[in-house]
Amino acid sequence: MPGILSIVERAYHGTIEEQDDTILWISHMFKNAGADLSVLLRSNAVNYAVKGQDASGLSFGDVKLSVPPKIDDDVEALASSGAKVYVVEEDLKDRGIGNDELVSGISLVKRSALAGLFDQHDAVWQW
Amino acid sequence: MTTSGSRTLTMALMDAPYETGTTTTVLRIVDAALRKGINVNVFAYEGAVSLTLKGQAAHPNPVKGTNAEDQDHPSSAKFISALFEKGQEAPKLDWVNCGLCVDERAAGDWIDGPRRGGPGDLLKWSNESTNTLVIGAH
Repeated sequence: MPGILSIVERAYHGTIEEQDDTILWISHMFKNAGADLSVLLRSNAVNYAVKGQDASGLSFGDVKLSVPPKIDDDVEALASSGAKVYVVEEDLKDRGIGNDELVSGISLVKRSALAGLFDQHDAVWQW
Repeated sequence: MTTSGSRTLTMALMDAPYETGTTTTVLRIVDAALRKGINVNVFAYEGAVSLTLKGQAAHPNPVKGTNAEDQDHPSSAKFISALFEKGQEAPKLDWVNCGLCVDERAAGDWIDGPRRGGPGDLLKWSNESTNTLVIGAH
């Protein structure tokens, strides 16, 4: 049985200053440390899996944000590391996001299957 | 209230750095206003007083294997310092950190620019400004 299911729901909170999403980041750290971990993107966070995001070009006064977040790349890297990354299918559809817009390595899950998904994990972490 | 000759925007915000998207939104509005020649007052309330802490340090990213230099990690203090450079005189950026909020957080070691104040500053500014925008806690 997989160990931890980490749920990310709040999206784009502090991502400019952090240069990433803090929960995706800590999930990847746990994965690198050997954790058996999956991630579920739901609600507004499903947009994290959309490829082609570009947060470049910001500046404040004369200071430029030289290294912007690349959250789609981060999601793809997390999936490539062996973590299962689930995205709620209806949350994509509600936002008009097509499956062909997603980065590779994503597993779609229906809302009706979420309870079963939770049951498949020892721990569910809702951030 | 509109003052004659120049326009002034007052903003109030509450969120701490690195937590929400509101910091970015506020700083973008401040930047845009200054570029248009509009004076800006910012009242930092509660967690927002930490935005100007000067000890914010860049760090590496162990997930990506980058060091602090490669990562060029931004900080709210760095961005706000740049805004103070932009808003030295005309237009002018004035920034008040709520003193009681600072004290309860021991968050008083700031970059150059902000000053200590209180709710009365926001009220006064609001009465004197062209408009006031409140960005509450998320």
